[in-house]
Amino acid sequence: MKILIVDDFSTMRRIIKNLMRDLGFTNTDEADDGNTALPMLRSGKYDFLVTDWNMPGMSGFDLLKAVRADENLKNLPVLMVTAEAKRDQIVAAAQAGVNGYVVKPFTAAVLKEKIEKIFERIQ
Amino acid sequence: MSDSKHPHRGLDPEVTEKLQQQTSELVESVNSGDFARAMAVINELSEVRDQGLYREVGRLTRSLHEAIRNFQIDARSAEQKEVLSKMTDASDRLAYVVQMTGQAANRTMDLVEESMPVAHAMRDEAEILRDEWQRLRRREMEPAEFRELYARIDTFFGSLSEDSDSLYKNLSEILLAQDFQDLTGQVIQKVTALVKEVEDNLLGLVVMASHVDQLTGTVHQIEEKEESAEKGVGPQIKAAEREDVVSGQDGVDDLLSSLGF
Repeated sequence: MKILIVDDFSTMRRIIKNLMRDLGFTNTDEADDGNTALPMLRSGKYDFLVTDWNMPGMSGFDLLKAVRADENLKNLPVLMVTAEAKRDQIVAAAQAGVNGYVVKPFTAAVLKEKIEKIFERIQ
Repeated sequence: MSDSKHPHRGLDPEVTEKLQQQTSELVESVNSGDFARAMAVINELSEVRDQGLYREVGRLTRSLHEAIRNFQIDARSAEQKEVLSKMTDASDRLAYVVQMTGQAANRTMDLVEESMPVAHAMRDEAEILRDEWQRLRRREMEPAEFRELYARIDTFFGSLSEDSDSLYKNLSEILLAQDFQDLTGQVIQKVTALVKEVEDNLLGLVVMASHVDQLTGTVHQIEEKEESAEKGVGPQIKAAEREDVVSGQDGVDDLLSSLGF
């Protein structure tokens, strides 16, 4: 299971990376915005994408839309981990095809629950 | 003529009085068919208007000068230079906050990443020894195995105190790494005070500008800038008081399940 973690803050990437490792996912890569993430997703074989929303360059929402519009990536499970908490945004993300939405600040238990839920649905 | 009935802020009562007097004279001369007189009155009127305007512009210029001085951005004296550096310093200070919080977060995570395997190893070894100990108590152990266990427990006790020491040391370093809150808190409080000061002075300028607009009858078209939800707006402050914002993960989950996700 290969996972890409996208967040503009390296500390947040590190936290998520640590939590993912605790959940047994040790094969993770990092990107700092949508513009760097998208080529990585297209060239590497990733099974799961965890992304922030608000980032300089390409936002996580635009990345989500780009992933869904890409023939090879459209089925990639996407979990949004973000401080964006407006109802409109959550609805927009759901409509754009996000698989899970975790709002910051979050706990390890919430992240675990959402990830497990996503994999349950896929299987 | 009273200011309460006609709140012409910025117009002197003297000027207002003259305007009213000349207006009635104008009406009179038009009614009586004295158009030459009427034209003369109109000229006088515009003169009064110009004079009033000049006087106002003069006054506003003085207040504007005062307001700008309140910003203390005139770096001619040593004292003002220091204030100026305080202003330009604000973004440096905030950069320092980002740097300090980043350092603290990374230091904490370094120590946590160092401690976790130690805790894991302690637990794993304790589990193995407990199972062996149970076997001993059930008298299922050969003497040779017991001697091995005996030595292993000895080693475990040794490493236990060593590992606990290193865990304790890491925890107290994590504690110390939280001192960023004090340092960054002080910096943020200073910058907040500065922002407040600038806001007050800006407000003075805005009030003055509105006087000028009132006098000259200028109407501005101000385009409203809206935050782009698509780009992201960042963490919501006072989320509990807002209708359009969820207040936590439960809010997200409720919203999504109400949509059928």
